[in-house]
Amino acid sequence: MKKFVSAMLAMTVSAALIAGCGGGDKKADKGASGNVVKVGVFLPLTGDNAAGGELELRGIKLANKLHPEVNGKKIELVVADNKSDKAEAANVAARLIEKDKVKVILGSYGSSLSMAAGNIVKDSKVPAIGTSCTNPQVTKGNDYYFRACFIDPFQGTVMANYAYKKGARKAAIVQEVSNDYSVGLAKFFKEAFEKLAGAGSVVEVANYQTGDKDFTAQLTNLKAKNPDAIFAPGNFTESALLIKQARQLGIKAPFLGGDTWETQEFINVGGKEVEGICFSSAFDREKAATPEAKKFMEAYTKEYGGQQPGGLSAMAYDAYLIALNALKQAGTDDSIKIRDAIAKTKDLETTTGMTTLNADGDPIKSAVIKTVKNGKFTYLDMVSPEDLKAK
Amino acid sequence: MRNMTTGKRNFLLTVVAILVLFGLSFVVQDGVDTYIRRIINLCLIYAIIGLSMNITNGFAGQFSLGQAGFMAIGAYMVGIFTVPVNLRADVFYAVPMNPYLVNIYMPLWLALILGGLLAALVAGLIGTPVLRLRGDYLAIATLGFSEIIRIIITNANTITNGALGIKNIPSLNDVRYIFLATAVAYVLISLLLSSSYGRAFKAIREDEIAAEAMGIDLFHHKNMAFMVSAFFAGIGGGLYGALLGTVDPKNFLFTLTYNFLLIIVLGGMGSITGSMLGAVIVTAGLEYLRVFDEPLEIMGVAIPLFRPGLRMVVFSLLLMACVLFWRHGIMGTREFTWDKLAAFLKHPFGIRKKGVQRK
Amino acid sequence: MELFQALTHMTAAGFAQHLVNGISLGSLYALIAIGYTMVYGILLMINFAHGDIVMMACYFAFFGITAFHIPWYLTFIGTIAATALLGVVIERTAYRPLRDAPKNSVLISAIGASFLLENLANYIFSGRPMHFPDIPFLSSMVRIGGVQIQAICFFIPVVTVLCLAILLHIVNHTKTGMAMRAVSKDYEIARVMGINIDNVISITFAIGSALAAVGAIMWGIRYPGITPYLGVMPGLKCFIAAVIGGIGNIKGAVLGGFILGLGEILIVAFFPTLSGYRDAFAFIMLILILFYKPTGILGETTTEKV
Repeated sequence: MKKFVSAMLAMTVSAALIAGCGGGDKKADKGASGNVVKVGVFLPLTGDNAAGGELELRGIKLANKLHPEVNGKKIELVVADNKSDKAEAANVAARLIEKDKVKVILGSYGSSLSMAAGNIVKDSKVPAIGTSCTNPQVTKGNDYYFRACFIDPFQGTVMANYAYKKGARKAAIVQEVSNDYSVGLAKFFKEAFEKLAGAGSVVEVANYQTGDKDFTAQLTNLKAKNPDAIFAPGNFTESALLIKQARQLGIKAPFLGGDTWETQEFINVGGKEVEGICFSSAFDREKAATPEAKKFMEAYTKEYGGQQPGGLSAMAYDAYLIALNALKQAGTDDSIKIRDAIAKTKDLETTTGMTTLNADGDPIKSAVIKTVKNGKFTYLDMVSPEDLKAK
Repeated sequence: MRNMTTGKRNFLLTVVAILVLFGLSFVVQDGVDTYIRRIINLCLIYAIIGLSMNITNGFAGQFSLGQAGFMAIGAYMVGIFTVPVNLRADVFYAVPMNPYLVNIYMPLWLALILGGLLAALVAGLIGTPVLRLRGDYLAIATLGFSEIIRIIITNANTITNGALGIKNIPSLNDVRYIFLATAVAYVLISLLLSSSYGRAFKAIREDEIAAEAMGIDLFHHKNMAFMVSAFFAGIGGGLYGALLGTVDPKNFLFTLTYNFLLIIVLGGMGSITGSMLGAVIVTAGLEYLRVFDEPLEIMGVAIPLFRPGLRMVVFSLLLMACVLFWRHGIMGTREFTWDKLAAFLKHPFGIRKKGVQRK
Repeated sequence: MELFQALTHMTAAGFAQHLVNGISLGSLYALIAIGYTMVYGILLMINFAHGDIVMMACYFAFFGITAFHIPWYLTFIGTIAATALLGVVIERTAYRPLRDAPKNSVLISAIGASFLLENLANYIFSGRPMHFPDIPFLSSMVRIGGVQIQAICFFIPVVTVLCLAILLHIVNHTKTGMAMRAVSKDYEIARVMGINIDNVISITFAIGSALAAVGAIMWGIRYPGITPYLGVMPGLKCFIAAVIGGIGNIKGAVLGGFILGLGEILIVAFFPTLSGYRDAFAFIMLILILFYKPTGILGETTTEKV
């Protein structure tokens, strides 16, 4: 038993030491000065979701470069890596709030990471704006979590309607069963599609795990069912390989997916096989919705060596704009007032059109349907929330 | 041999120290911000799980890598039953929850204990085939089971909500509660390991065949160690879920087990106090190493070496260095004792006296 | 019931396609499993980092072709050499110092090495997937009857058998091979007999890693998305394949690879609703084999020495 106490003692002392070190950090001093507003950036920069996190970080950094000030104060970004891991995400969120004293948090890519921070932002009353966390649970019942992207049910429904509109009557689903995003989209696609095309119109639901490389067994089964369209939302690495293998197996049906596909890596890995797929996105550069969007695109291309921005960077950029606007409206450093200002966001000019947040804190905006043509993402169609209600 | 009076003194010291620390946890609860509290809590929880892993790997010498799976069982028990009934529809928004489960609510402590028991039960079932194996085979087989548990959880939508995970778990960032749980786990594990079971575990670790010849029922004892280990891993997992307020299957990938492996390697395989120390150093150290991920500027010049990812490289280098150069970790199989402390205080730099025991 | 449905709906072409998929996956597993089994056979340890060596080899090949514009055939030779070197370096730094340490320490060191390689790759190459370059004729598709086959799939089994033959020749008919067998049978005696154990183990690692590189190249062409964590699952599965066949037995590793590859594919083919459990299949196989025949299908029955 005596060992216990000594161990506990050691633990407490070490913990106190760390607390001490943390307090004396150079960053904490900076926060004290009055002419800086700190904004936390909460993204996976390493681990499984690193690719998405990096793209979003670009968007936020760019936004910060173009809009560095609010109410005469400089906005300082505090970037923290949540390592694609939930325990880390919770720590990092608490650290941003307690140690770095940020006023608003932007992020994360990956809903489960945002959910891990959910209780923390709620309890410490510091608002957070999700960049591409599309799981409805993120904002539901949490007054302090908002987001700049649309939610899974919406995307799933949009793609079901689009598939039906294009004449598909028999659809198949391939979902990444360990990915909440993929499962969420697939579920709402199935519901919406069966409502339109009748029960049993989704002929196959196949599963795979994150990190899988071989999908031939699932795809061979699926080929036998001969669907008109295949809905396969998921991580872009797995999706690109999946589509490649499907084409190699001679499956000709079009592939539909979600906004995670909109990355250069998807095209790099998928090559010519991903030509003609379609997916929903929040942003399109050809149909630049607002002057802000044009500004964003030009700056992005200049900043990142001629590369074209994608939806992830755009949504991250938008999250920053929402925060910026709220900081401006609130005119104070008080986090609760900033929260209220975010909740009131209405017709804000963002890269993806005019953004208005609903009662849950989710934006109401149109989805763009895009495809890959000659190795580039191109505009195909547009679906607004009203279009869906009309049916 | 320790005489009665020192024995009594040590017992008293322990009781007093626990009470003092428990009192201190109230101060900590109110005195520090949530970030520090979270780190302390994570240290405490990792200490429980590190301890649990040390029972099999350190004391009984059975190299098991199944901790993540057992944690998942505990965490999901908490996740499924402690979410307030009226918030469950929000969580299970895609597939409705199993109608038999949807109205069953449990307080946290009950869910924790049941989670631990279920984990122990699963361990008991797994133990029959797996514990006949040794060394690397056992490691891979337990790792395999931990993955199977995770895959089942991923696919059991109506019970676990599958990949969507469970949120709305009433969050528990309470140092007092978690300290108490750690204290209880510590006391129970210490008692077990100093009983005849503990001695049998060590005998098995040192030499299975000799232990068997001495009349120790190998299978019974291995299974016992495995189940107790799973029980506490389940409790630790439950606390982990409650601390985060959300669980999903990806939390419990087998790589999570590596954290605890590092804890026990660093602290010393076969040392209870070592696991506790290891938990603090690894958890807090990982936080501290975060400086490596931040950009560093020396005289206005950014050093390109410092960018996200470096921290984990340093972390894995430390693990390697620890095994290569410091195989016995901080404590080896020794323990920290009051006697040693007393001896040290009397002769800070003197030669070890007779009172210092080495076990 | 489900099986019945699956059978009645499956066409001959569909079934043939499944078989082809299974064989091509299985031969990839087999190729990587040989590396595991070689190291295990001699050192009696799992080289946990083997899967990550495969991953590193993928990156070597990727950078050789895309960044340095070396012709692919030269790149492949270079990759094999570089990977063999990497294997030797890992052995020298992570395993050799622990040669007389308890087995568990070596196991932990191996886990550490694997973890280090993943984190290093993540740090250096970033987590973004890279596209393994298409190789002119190997990446193209061939159609036979109703069955689609990627050209590489013809090569993989051939390469596997070729590697197997070369390896068996080295092990059974060369002096080095004899030394390897001696070391694997008894460490101490081999040392007494004047065999340079360190050299033999280094050569074993070099060959094992070279095989990993061959596997990596085939893997890269077949599944062209490279990420730092690409080696984790294949690594585990190939180890399982080696255990199924009887670890330490080279032919067994090939057999195990095919069983696992075919099994994984066919379970999805016959029980489509179980596709979510596909990854569990390998682990279930492992546990079954360990329970009923711990030495594997072709393994020798030996009792562990005291």
